[in-house]
Amino acid sequence: MSEATGGIDTEENTGGKVKKFLYVNRKAPYGTIYALESLEVVLIAAAFDQDVSLAFLDDGVYQVVKGQHTKPIDVKNFSPTYRALEGYDIEKLYVEKESMEARGLKEDDLIVPVKVVNAQEMADIMQSQDVIMSF
Amino acid sequence: MKLGILINEGPYTHQASDTAYLFAKAAIEKGHKIHRVFFYHDGVYNSNRLIEPPTDDRHIVNRWQKLGKDHHIDLVVCVAAALRRGIKDENLQEGFRISGLGQLIESGIQSDRLVTFGD
Repeated sequence: MSEATGGIDTEENTGGKVKKFLYVNRKAPYGTIYALESLEVVLIAAAFDQDVSLAFLDDGVYQVVKGQHTKPIDVKNFSPTYRALEGYDIEKLYVEKESMEARGLKEDDLIVPVKVVNAQEMADIMQSQDVIMSF
Repeated sequence: MKLGILINEGPYTHQASDTAYLFAKAAIEKGHKIHRVFFYHDGVYNSNRLIEPPTDDRHIVNRWQKLGKDHHIDLVVCVAAALRRGIKDENLQEGFRISGLGQLIESGIQSDRLVTFGD
């Protein structure tokens, strides 16, 4: 139990149930707070021992781009956190190929190892989930 | 069906909260159970008891409060998102409660469907 988990005993209140959670990130990392607050949900979710995946589509692909410099806009650069996800056993990160290519990005430009999938494969991944949260 | 709802936008600027409310009402009328509404991002503003819309407009905060009371829906406002935006116990509408993100994850685990309303 902790304040972060909302006073929830992660074992007791889930009854040992494991669901497939997918967090869909569609927005650029800065300009709005969605990406940062989405990441906060993912980090809390890690405490619940669920089967967690992350998807990056549209401008959401920019969230995992290398070399983010946010000092001039006086906003915290939270991109290193994506690299820490592995330590929380969150290793399934999917990037949509079409979104990546439309933005002139390559897999080498990304800060973490991801699986690049096309739109159809992404649709299949979404289809196989129990809970999808889109930010 | 047991449903959880996630609202990611504030009242009046976006339609998300309105749509969520109408969805919740319709679901209840069809015999479904809404066990929790979780307010996140600017969605936390839906709990601000200082909000006073013109009298000929819908009162988004108060109608959530009433729906929650009438149907025993747990109205949960995310503590981290709320503190960032100045929502505290002193301006929190009665019937809402402030708690952690774990409540959202638990809602995803416990409900048959978690439905997101956002931008």
